[in-house]
Amino acid sequence: MTILLEAQNLSRYFGPNVAVKNIDLTVKRGEILGFLGPNGAGKSTTMKMLSGNLAPDEGQIHINGFDLLSQPKQAKAQLGYLPENPPLYRELTVNEYLQHCARLNQLKGKQLKSAVETVIERCGLGDVQRRLIGQLSKGYQQRTGIAQAIVHNPAVVIFDEPTSGLDPLQIRQIRELIRELANEHSVILSTHILPEVEMLCDRVQIISKGQVMFADSLKALHQQRLNSSLRITLSAPPPLNELQALTNVSSVESVSANQFRILYHPEQDPTENLIASAVSKHWHLQELVREQDSLEDIFMHLIKDDAPLAKVTN
Amino acid sequence: MWCVARLEISRLFLSPFAWIMLALVQFLLAYMFLSHIEYFAQIQGQISAIPGAPGVTEMIIAPLLSNAALVLLLIAPFITMRAFADEHRNHSLPLLISAPLSASQIVLGKYLGYLGFFLLQLVLIALMPLSLLAGSAIDLYQFGVSMFGLFLLVASFLAAGIFLSSLTTQPIIAAVMTFCLLFLLWIIDFAAASAVSGQINWLAWLSLLGHFQPMLAGQINSVDLSFFALFCVVFILMTIRRLDAARLGL
Repeated sequence: MTILLEAQNLSRYFGPNVAVKNIDLTVKRGEILGFLGPNGAGKSTTMKMLSGNLAPDEGQIHINGFDLLSQPKQAKAQLGYLPENPPLYRELTVNEYLQHCARLNQLKGKQLKSAVETVIERCGLGDVQRRLIGQLSKGYQQRTGIAQAIVHNPAVVIFDEPTSGLDPLQIRQIRELIRELANEHSVILSTHILPEVEMLCDRVQIISKGQVMFADSLKALHQQRLNSSLRITLSAPPPLNELQALTNVSSVESVSANQFRILYHPEQDPTENLIASAVSKHWHLQELVREQDSLEDIFMHLIKDDAPLAKVTN
Repeated sequence: MWCVARLEISRLFLSPFAWIMLALVQFLLAYMFLSHIEYFAQIQGQISAIPGAPGVTEMIIAPLLSNAALVLLLIAPFITMRAFADEHRNHSLPLLISAPLSASQIVLGKYLGYLGFFLLQLVLIALMPLSLLAGSAIDLYQFGVSMFGLFLLVASFLAAGIFLSSLTTQPIIAAVMTFCLLFLLWIIDFAAASAVSGQINWLAWLSLLGHFQPMLAGQINSVDLSFFALFCVVFILMTIRRLDAARLGL
């Protein structure tokens, strides 16, 4: 697959403070990259650098083959950017605003008209297109911001915390929209909301204190989990040590009189063994739930350590 | 560049601000215009006997445009304060920065947008003296030069205003700074007048008023033209530098 955005060795200092150090980043066509980190980790700084709003002190950025620093115009034409605060003009209507945005991105005449119509439809702005942006709800303003970023059909779209400050329904709609966008564009999504990343992204990059702690697919992230467990409910439970004695079980905790948590090594799954024993020994298995380490646990684990835990791969 | 200018103009005219400003300036100047006419009508009988007496152009149009210059000096800061300070506060600057535009296109676009707005204002102002054509002859050449002078003056106000607007994130600070700078350059002439003659009078050379007054009298001096051109170019270049510097984080 073609690589649409590539950044190498990005560093940025604010005076003596290091905001971002040696960050590498690649996004392929049709991919959503989640850019994850706690507040103040350097997410927004990186997004600003990628969108040309801030020049990096070191490093290079290529967007669809154009160097952002030496060919800024060509590179920026391939780029849509939604900053943390959507760049809206409150005195314009949605339609006027999007027309100006398209014009700023060098669209003209018929092309401009159809681009604006398409984007209004895609972002569900049809009902509000004649209203002033200043009077719209936060959700619609955010959508207008997204529409602005994609009106010129860019190769790469960068969203900086697109769902902050929205209600759950709006968050869901915006997530669906982003998912849909990824069919044609590459998307970089910066966020600190973990379920969002789990739901949307193909790959994650976790940064903390300006450095990359983890960069791989979401699948690999899950394989990294530290231990795996099953939660079972038995209405006629055996003594604890009988469960403990089953093959591949590393330890057993009792949650309540009937509920147990069985820990095991990720490569040695005891589920089948357990079910067979439960049936043959009449433990009356009622519930069996596979408990996974949430992304949150992995995230917390990664950012707690100072040194990168995983080898950084792309 | 033109798309930025267009955006600026449509934003100006979609807010009541621009309309109110056009209307109030017109009202103020119309009042002055009428009082000048009244004064001229009173003394017309007395001065008509004197050979080479000042005519309508000197007695009505020149003072009117001189007043107009002062009024425009007062309102220009409120228009230019929007240029960058307002965008910073609004967080809307990334829209322009991430668009495929260079810093100079953004700055020039905004500058042209505001210039377009003031051009309209000047046309409205020019209508008043032109209405005198209905009842009197006016010196169209002198009037033309005066209007051109007024245009150059406004262009300089805007260049300075845009630069000062790029220095701060508070629109009102930008407006106050612009007003102070322009007013200083306006009155710096007073100090220059009292300077000892024979010295190179650089204070007088800096004065915006000093370069505008000959044009009101119908003179086009290359010194004045180059002053205004230099003034605009320097401030626009500084604004472009400033915008680039913000990106570099200096």
